[in-house]
This record gives sequence, structure tokens and C-alpha cells, in this order.
Amino acid sequence: MSTHSLTKAALRAEGLPRRRAVNRLMELLAWLAAGIAVAILGVVVWSVARRGAGALNLDLITKVPVPFNFGNTPSGLANAFAGSLVIVGLATLMALPIGILVAVYINEFARPAIRTAVGLALDVLNGVPAIVIGIFVFGLFVVGHGQSGYAGAFALACLMLPLVARSTIEVLALVPNALREASLALGVPRWRTTLSIVLPQTLGGIVTGTVLAVARVAGETAPILFTSSVGVGTLVHWDPHHALQTVPVAIFELSESADPADHAQAWAAALVLLLFILVVNLVARTLAARSRSRIGAAR
Amino acid sequence: MAEPDASLDATRRPFTGRRVRFGDLALQTVAGAAALAASVLVCLIAYTIVRDSRAAWSDSGLGFVTRVSWDPVKHVYGAGSFLFGTALTSLLALALATPLAIGIALFLTELAPRWVRAPVTALVETLAAIPSVVIGLWGILVLGPVLRDRVEPALHSGLGFIPLFGRPASTGSSIFTAVVVLTIMILPIVASISRELFLGVPRDLKEGALALGTTRWEMVRGVVFPYARGGIAAAMILGLGRAIGEAIAVTQVIGSTVGIHWNLFSTGDTLAGKIAASYQGAEDKAQVASLVYLALILLVFSLVMSVAAQWIVRRVARRQGLAVGPGGVA
Repeated sequence: MSTHSLTKAALRAEGLPRRRAVNRLMELLAWLAAGIAVAILGVVVWSVARRGAGALNLDLITKVPVPFNFGNTPSGLANAFAGSLVIVGLATLMALPIGILVAVYINEFARPAIRTAVGLALDVLNGVPAIVIGIFVFGLFVVGHGQSGYAGAFALACLMLPLVARSTIEVLALVPNALREASLALGVPRWRTTLSIVLPQTLGGIVTGTVLAVARVAGETAPILFTSSVGVGTLVHWDPHHALQTVPVAIFELSESADPADHAQAWAAALVLLLFILVVNLVARTLAARSRSRIGAAR
Repeated sequence: MAEPDASLDATRRPFTGRRVRFGDLALQTVAGAAALAASVLVCLIAYTIVRDSRAAWSDSGLGFVTRVSWDPVKHVYGAGSFLFGTALTSLLALALATPLAIGIALFLTELAPRWVRAPVTALVETLAAIPSVVIGLWGILVLGPVLRDRVEPALHSGLGFIPLFGRPASTGSSIFTAVVVLTIMILPIVASISRELFLGVPRDLKEGALALGTTRWEMVRGVVFPYARGGIAAAMILGLGRAIGEAIAVTQVIGSTVGIHWNLFSTGDTLAGKIAASYQGAEDKAQVASLVYLALILLVFSLVMSVAAQWIVRRVARRQGLAVGPGGVA
């Protein structure tokens, strides 16, 4: 090595303080970015909690809305909570079996080309904006038949299907092949192997995936707007043949109002919705981590 | 004797007998029907949206896409204004969210103490779980007023010579509020995908760079970023898709006005926001067909972006698989 290049290397080494400073700066920025994300979450949750807690009482889920409420009659959103329960429950009934069957087909039966094709269809479905799903169901069912809880549930089911299928595929892939082989070697037919050996192993994963999907669609507003929001009235309905009020749509409508009392009710409903979603997420993630390590340990 | 179907995954189904069992056939048929139904659903969505927008399509064809008008009185409808608003808000949100998200991902994979990683990862994912209507409620009642009273006047007086930072609107609804709300919504998506990508960078490459005397940042720039580049592009596309399709939070904070202007502090509208805002008022056929046309534009965007993201992921996986050698990367 010549003296010249040695000097150059030495000069480059001279840049070390500057390189260290750049490194420090970048590390600082990364810390800052993480801090900002956590701060945003904190501010949003705190805003909802502080404003919602003041207006939160039992009336919110037991009383129905009172239009033009001048006499301070106790009012709430009982109709919205009932409607959300019905619509999300129906959506789960529609999406859960189909989602599991799609996952079983992809993981246990399909040849690679079909697996890719159906997987792509699920990804595309997952990428379709919720508002477009709303317009789709509007064109499919609502035009001519009117809005209904069924239409809203079908729209939510379209959103749930790829979520349930994806999470089920993930846990099915974790089931060790030795288990399938052992069952088949004992002469158990494939369908019984799948239904009574493979699927029970994944039960925990399917439950967490479904619960997370429920938490996700319970907060969806866009697909409901065009399918179950107009003419919902203020009474508690359980019949999905009619358009039913839901919690997210109620929050949406109250937030557009100019009346501070409506805003207070919107915050309280948002707090209930947010608590539900956060608790479900927390529990589901803890359970998911546990069941995953259990299936993994069985390997 | 050869199996009739040699392409079947042999490890998945050992001992495939020739005797067809009724139960097997039944389960395979039912599950196959479900898979078919899921695929047909995608086609049905496309078909229904195209069918219902035909009236607007035959009325103004592709001219609808660029026409800047939404006039229910004169029945003149066009997507131009909303297309501009969607592009402006989602691209700005992506530009704000991407560096933040990459910073978060670097923090979570390279910098944070081990005991901090799991809780902060969970918190970032919790941010993604907040419903858009709650973010929108917060945006219109808390964030909007703060931006209007503090941030927007400051930016206007300091950087007012840039057309983006014009005179603030008086209501608190503004394109800028929508941009901030969208940034918050796509931040956790891009961050959690980037985090997984960074976790996938082979340890020996990173340690090799550090052993050569690079600083941590130089290692990130020289090893982590090139390795994860394609994946980050895919994550950005997914984030952009989410920003373009977000309807509720945007319609709550953006102010719903028609027109093209560069002033971020004034009101505007987006494709998805316009659809959501019209859910009660759409009565006449031309307006409904025009709304469905807006949905069609959104659907085309989302299809293009889903396929593009998939394509990038596949290509990256194949290239990295080749780079590491057969069987190197799953």
C-alpha cells in the first residue's frame, strides 16, 4: 500500500467525529419518531377518555335518543348498541364459516396455482376500500329492496372474510405435518383428519383471528352508511329486516351536529367503542402469543 | 403407477389412495365452493360497480374523471376536484408518514432496549385499531381547532409565500387536518410492515458491516435499507391505498367543498369523502350513478395497488431467495 492511500485512509478516519454525530442525530430522530407515535396514541385515547367519561352513564346503553331534547329527558343510544350487536353478529355468522372453509381449502386441498389465485383474491378483497364495499352492497341489495340490517351485515361480512381467512391460514400452516401423517397412517380419512385432528389444533388461533376481525368491523362506519343508516328511527329494533342504527354511524352523525350535547354523547359512545376494541385487541394478542407458542412447542 | 395429479403438494397429503372417499370429496367440494365464492365476490363487486355507474359513464365517459364540477341542480357531475383532493391528501400523508414509520421501525428493531420493544410494538399496532370514526371525531373537535388557531396561522405567516400555506379557513375544517388525520391512520401500517422487514435482514450482514467499522446509521443505510427497499415500497403502496380509500375520517374534517386549489388550510374534498358525505342526499339517478362512478375510480386504484404490492413482494422474495441461495429464504 502506498503512502498516498494510507494518508487518504487516515483522512477518512478523521471524519469519525462527523460520522458519529450523524449517527447520533439519526438515532435521536428514530427515538423521536417512536415517541411521536406513542404520544399520538396517548393524546387520542386521553381526549376520548376525558370527554367521554363525563357523559358516560348507564342511560347511554339503556335509553333511546330523544329528538329535540329541551326538557333534559335522559337519552342514550340503546338503539345503536342493539343494532351494532345484531349487525356484527350476523356478519360474523356469514363470514366465519366461509372464511374457515376458504382457509381449509387453500391450506389442505388446493394445488399451488389455485392457492395463489385464491390468495390474490383475498388480498384484493382486503384492499377494496370499505366505502366501495358499501356502494357495492347498495347496488346489489339496497336498490329496489331498501336498506336493512341484513345488507349492513353482508357489507361487514365482506370486510371480515379476508381477515378471518388470512388468520386461519396462518394457524393452519403452523400445525405440524407429522400430525396429519400420523392420523392418515392410522387409516383416518382426510376429511376426518382435517375436521377432528387439524382444525381443533387451530381453534385458539381461529378464535383470536375472529375476535380481532369483529373488533375491526364493529368500528366500521363507511360500509353501513349506504346499507343500514337511513330511517333507522329512535326505537330499539332487533329485526334485521329493517335498517338498524349502529354505534359508529351514531357517532358519525352526532359528530356532524352543531349541538354540544350531541358531541358529549358522541364522545361517550366513542369511549365505549374504543374501550371494547382496545380490550379485545389486548386479550386477543395475549392469547395469540400463547397459543402460537403452544402449537410451536408441539413441533 | 403415477398419480393422475402430480402437481399436488406431496408433503401435505401423503398416502393419497386411489379410492375416492365420499367424505373427502364432500369436504373438498364444500371448501372449494367457499374459495370459489370468495373469488366470485371480487368479480361481483367489480361487476356491480361497473353496472351501476354505466349511466354516468354513457353520459360523459372518461371526461367525467377530469371534470371539475358537482352540481346537483344543473346535473353536471365530475370527479376532477375529488381526484385532485385525493391525490393531494394521500400523497402528503404518505410523505409525512413514511419517514416517521421508518424511524419507528428502526427504533423497534435496532435501538430500543429489549424490554421496550414489545410494549411499543403493541402500542403502535393499537393505533391502527382505533376506528376511523373515532379518529375523525377527535380530528373535527380537538385537532381541527388546534391546527386552525395555532399551527396554520404560524405556518401561514412564516411560509405563506408557498402556495400550500395559504390563508386558514375559519371553520377548522381543512385539507391540512385531513392530511394529519390520514398520516395518523397510515403511520402504524407502514411502521409495522417496515418493522417486520427490518427484522428479516440477516444478522450476519448487519454484523459484518459493523465489524468493518461502520456506525449504526451507516450500517442501516448500507445494509438494512437496500435489503428492505422493495418491501418498504410495498408498505408505502399499502399505506397509500389505505389513505386513498379512507372515507369517514376525511369527510368529517375536510369541509366538503368542490374546487381545485393548492391552499392546504382551506376546505376541499376527496373521492371517498364525497361518497360518504352524500349518503343521505343522493336521490336522482344521475347523482347516484356519478357517486358509483367515484367508487369505480377508487376500486380501480385499489386493484392496481393490491396487485402492484403483491408483485413487488413476490419479486423481492424471489430475488432475495436467489441471492442467499436455494433454500436460504423461506
